Amino acid sequence: MPETVELTMAQAIRAALAEEMSRDPAVFLMGEDIGRAGGIFMVTKGLQEEFGPERVMDTPISEAGIVGMGVGAAMTGMRPVVEIMFSDLLMLAMDQIVNQAAKMHYMTGGQAKVPLVIRSTIGAGRSAAAQHSQSLQALVAHIPGLKVVMPSTPYDAKGLLKSAIRDDNPVIFLEDKMCYHTVKGPVPSEEYLIPLGVADVKRQGQDVTLVATSSMVQVALTAADLLALEGISAEVVDPRTLRPLDKETIVRSVMKTNRAVVIDEGHLTYGVTAEIAAIIADEAFDYLDAPVKRLGAADVPVPMAPVLEAATVPDAHRVVSTVKGLLGRRYRS
Amino acid sequence: MIPDKTLLSEMYYHMLRIRRFEETAQELYHRGIAVGLLHPYIGEEAVAVGACLALRRDDYITSTHRGHGHVLAKGGDPRRLLAELCGRATGYCQGKGGSMHAADLSLGILGANGIVGGGFGIATGAALSAVRRRSGQVVICFFGDGAANQGIFMEVMNMAALWRLPVIYLCENNGFGEYTRYEEATPTVQPIGARAAAFGIPATQVDGNDVLAVYAAAREGVERARAGEGPTFIEARTYRLSGHHMGDVGFTRGYRTQAELEARWQEEPVGRFRRWLLAQAVMTEAELQVLESRVEAEMQEAVSFVADSPLPALSTLEEHVYA
Repeated sequence: MPETVELTMAQAIRAALAEEMSRDPAVFLMGEDIGRAGGIFMVTKGLQEEFGPERVMDTPISEAGIVGMGVGAAMTGMRPVVEIMFSDLLMLAMDQIVNQAAKMHYMTGGQAKVPLVIRSTIGAGRSAAAQHSQSLQALVAHIPGLKVVMPSTPYDAKGLLKSAIRDDNPVIFLEDKMCYHTVKGPVPSEEYLIPLGVADVKRQGQDVTLVATSSMVQVALTAADLLALEGISAEVVDPRTLRPLDKETIVRSVMKTNRAVVIDEGHLTYGVTAEIAAIIADEAFDYLDAPVKRLGAADVPVPMAPVLEAATVPDAHRVVSTVKGLLGRRYRS
Repeated sequence: MIPDKTLLSEMYYHMLRIRRFEETAQELYHRGIAVGLLHPYIGEEAVAVGACLALRRDDYITSTHRGHGHVLAKGGDPRRLLAELCGRATGYCQGKGGSMHAADLSLGILGANGIVGGGFGIATGAALSAVRRRSGQVVICFFGDGAANQGIFMEVMNMAALWRLPVIYLCENNGFGEYTRYEEATPTVQPIGARAAAFGIPATQVDGNDVLAVYAAAREGVERARAGEGPTFIEARTYRLSGHHMGDVGFTRGYRTQAELEARWQEEPVGRFRRWLLAQAVMTEAELQVLESRVEAEMQEAVSFVADSPLPALSTLEEHVYA
């Protein structure tokens, strides 16, 4: 068996960045407070000491400017990894992401390549209120030309980030800020890559498919444990990347279980869950024994007060009751 | 210092080539062959030519929605540019970009851009890239007086000054941001360059209809950038003799009078430079006519090239979404 080490999400991401910078001199990092301060969540701690300030660049607070510069550097031979502290702040750089990075290869008839990674954070749970808690993956996943990655485990985070850095397209890499230091898992000591666009079945089951992203994978796995106590077997499918999306693995699972609940921390309306539910309805309609259910953030700006904030995010109990609702009267509490 | 005859002759050739290209594109547009959003560069030729002739072949430029002049001045192929305007498979972008996205990465042309101010980030990032790769390349970022009012302009100038990046911010002040006059959108108590000067970036203002003045300022900026001394700002004062875009004709939008336009035609840069070349006895009438015939032949060739070019195959629709 290959040797593994136990890493947190933050450590796995840091390891991916360090390995790719060691491997390829074109890779460099830029972002606000990522160097000397080690990043707001300490993900890049020590990297500036190791690689120097030219490769781990502290920047002014200029989201549009640094993403725009990332596009230009990527078009001219570099492989920038730009950190934007919060996905909320991606909104300041949306022209660069949507109108420049995403379309450059297409608009130029395939001439320009934009091998740019934008790392950012999602997720509520810190009482950080409405401008520092959003999960805005749907906004970027909407755009052709972008790839969107949402890892849920340290193993996935490391392998996917290394692939993202080697990809010739702009990749939005979204990390759940609550998972950085709480989610731990085994990571091989040897180098490995995880291709973008391949879902992972995190738990096998027979009665219902839980399609979950990022931190919601942990929620789904907890729910699956609770459901198992009541004799319900839930399969947990983690798409890992929203673009490209591994429809086949999702649809195959639903064809087996005949029921699906889709869980993502973004807002429900026009959200990631809506897209995945529509795909299941389209491609597995004849196999469904119940409507596809969706769980996501409440359609409100994320409130600060912990008691309100907690009510906006799906938890394992809501997943359990939703599954029971799908399975019929005998399971309803 | 006046450039040598070879360079002066090249300047005239390039300026005329841009002028004739725009006129040719307009003809094709009126015939329904060129399509989409076309923003002619007529009247501003001296800016692109003066600036681009100060560059090496491997240096970079970023351009604007009014970008044909920059592409041609940097050495672009009029056949492929015209084909792009006409949505042909042989165009620079295989018909997927059109006028506002013309690019030739092999010539360092990082693209025209449909977003006003869209080149700021790209240009400054290319300059950072040049430093990191120790390539000695420099970047000219073309933009208009309108784009100077976009917020990212301040962000990138701040970083370019902070990190002494090899970029020249070349503001083509053509008097209009779309249908609004410069002085109605921008306080004129200070020139635009005062914003650059606030970051410690050397800023100059030149007559943008004088190709030699633009060239001299660009040379200075390029030398400063190449020497690792950081960015430069140049405001080239010129005048948009065309409407904002094809279709913005006459005076219905109310932003200028016929008398103003006619007066400005008297100062247009191509004829002005031609007269200067003759008056200074740099070139003879016969020598100028040789260049003019060459440009005419290139335009005819470009039109024939378009006529012979296929439309893009539908099978290419989903190509190039991802690399």
